[in-house]
Parts: sequence; C-alpha cells; structure tokens
Amino acid sequence: MSEIPALARVFSYLSLLTVGGGMAAFPELQEQAVHVHGWLTDKQLIHLYSVGQLAPGPNMMMIVAIGQWAGGLAGALVVLAAFFGPTAVLAYGVAAAWKRLESWPWRTSIQKGLAPVSIGLLLAGGLTMAKGAVTGTLTATVAAAVLIVLLRFKINPALLVIGGGAFGFLVMQ
Amino acid sequence: MSAPETAPAPPAVVPVTLRRIFTEFLIIGGTSFGGVVPYLRGGLVTRTGWLDDREFVEMLSICQSLPGLNATNMAVLVGQKLRGPLGALVAIVAMCLPGALLMYVVGMFYREHGDHAAVTGALKGVAAAAVGLILSTVVQLGRKSLDGSADFIFVLVTVVAVMGFHVSVPVALLGVGSAAILWHRPKRAAP
Repeated sequence: MSEIPALARVFSYLSLLTVGGGMAAFPELQEQAVHVHGWLTDKQLIHLYSVGQLAPGPNMMMIVAIGQWAGGLAGALVVLAAFFGPTAVLAYGVAAAWKRLESWPWRTSIQKGLAPVSIGLLLAGGLTMAKGAVTGTLTATVAAAVLIVLLRFKINPALLVIGGGAFGFLVMQ
Repeated sequence: MSAPETAPAPPAVVPVTLRRIFTEFLIIGGTSFGGVVPYLRGGLVTRTGWLDDREFVEMLSICQSLPGLNATNMAVLVGQKLRGPLGALVAIVAMCLPGALLMYVVGMFYREHGDHAAVTGALKGVAAAAVGLILSTVVQLGRKSLDGSADFIFVLVTVVAVMGFHVSVPVALLGVGSAAILWHRPKRAAP
C-alpha cells in the first residue's frame, strides 16, 4: 500500500502552518507523522530535526528523510513538492500585492498581530521537542549552555550543535 | 576582504540568466550552515548586487509575514524579480537541492545506524543543543518584535493552547492571530 497520497496531503497541510518559520508546524508534524501515520517514532523525529540543523539551506530538510522512509525516492520528492510548493505559490502570488498594500493601515496590524502568535508557535515547537530531548541533567545543561552562549555571543549556531553532538558522543553513550 | 568601493555597482541591464540564478542559489543553499539569512544577504546584496539593502530588508519582512520558510520564500521572490515564474522555480529548486540531498543520505544512514550507542549519544547531545537554539531564537525574536504586555499574553495563550489543550496549530493561528490583529488594529487618527 502506498503512503504517497498521505505524504502529499500531510505535508501540503503542514506547509501552510509554517508562519514565522518551520518550527511552527512541529507540534502538528509530530501529531501527523508519529501519532496518526506512524512513519517514525517521537525519538526519531527529534533526532532527524536536530541533525537537520546541521544541513545548509532551509532548516526543515529533515522532512526529506521522512518521505524517503515512508515512500522511497518518490516519497522524498512528493514531500519536498508538498511542503514547499503551496507556500512558494502563495509567496509568488501574494508578495507583489502585499508590497502594494504598504499604506493600508491593517497591513501593520497584521504584521504586529502575527508576531506574538508565530513566536508562541515557535516556543510551543521548542517545548514539544524539549519534552523528548531534555531528559536529564546532562541534556538540560547542554540546552541551557547553548541558549546562553547564543544570547551572549555572535557565533554560528551550527558549531554549537556540533559541539552538543561531540559532548553527547563523549559523555552520553 | 577587498577595499570598500567608492560607488555602488551600476544596476544590471542585461537580464540575469537562469543558469546564473541556479548557481547563485545553489551556493547559498549549499553553504548556509547555521541559519540562512546572513548567507542570503551575502549572496543577493554583496556578491551579485541583485538587491540593495533596503530591498533585501523589505523582501525579508514580507517573507516573514507569509507562511513558508524564509529561505524558500526569498528564493521565490528574488527569482520572480529577476526572471518571472521560471526564475522563481529555478531559485527554489537550487536553494533546496544541497540540503535535500544531504538529508536524504543522512536519513538512510540514520535508519541503518541510528541505534548504535555512539550515534545515540551524539544525537542526544545534538537534540539538546537544538532545543537551546530554538529557545534562543524565541528570545531574540521576542526582544525584537514583541510590543507591550498584551503581546506576551498572546504568546502565552498560543503556547498553552497548543501544548496544554492540544488545540491544533491552525486553530491557534486563526484564533489567537485574529485576536492579536484586532488588538493591534489601526488607531483612528485623533480629531
């Protein structure tokens, strides 16, 4: 039985939830991919997302791995098209109009109103991940250290993620 | 770094080729480790001069208020500006290609070897670090764009709805989003 139609459906739905970034869709990604369709486990999802932070380009590329597991190469391609297609078409169609609405007073209201919601969704995504990823003192220390370093110093976050991996490799086996 | 130029480069007159768009976004898509925005600026403003700084900031703010990732929305908008629909298509494909290939291979590797002790240890560390990274983004965005205590309440309501009451993301987005937009509604000009 083919998972392709389900992949297309789920990822095009998730696409439209990525307001303010991919993480906004994370709780729903977990719900659909883990609980509804069983394409992978909670732990695998967290691992793939985290490793995905080391890949260049758009930071939700871990969806390719989910597509590949559930439906091979075709699954990976369908997931890519479904996840990036709808928002690309929307951006293509709406951006020009949005730019013309510069003097429309509600434009500022929409931007200001969406800001706290997208931050809330990002935080909810982060906390959803933390539930699975922060399991004890060591992992909590790593998360807190990365948070503090990133807030205080200008440093490439990918380096800290690699550092977390090295620490885990040495200490958390 | 080269010496600062006295005058900005003249705007391109010859239309940019699709191959050129592909190459540039392939470079950005293949090198943007740790967050794509600085690499976008480096490629689109500094290296190619396709956008000036003002245009770049404006496009980025449009991308941030639309659904979709900044990286791919920017690719679409810049591709569109340079060469219309084909330009947009070429740009987004090139932007996604390197990361997608990498994660395809990583996904297969992880499926085979993800449960080895050494890999599991490293992944635990990587996942914990990723949590720290997300939280730092929350703090940085919050400092920049939260306006007044009402905004903090909107953040809190969103988090509690999604985490505590398992309200689905679209419902939270529409519900809290409309309330927040109304809260920030345009002020009537004082008489």
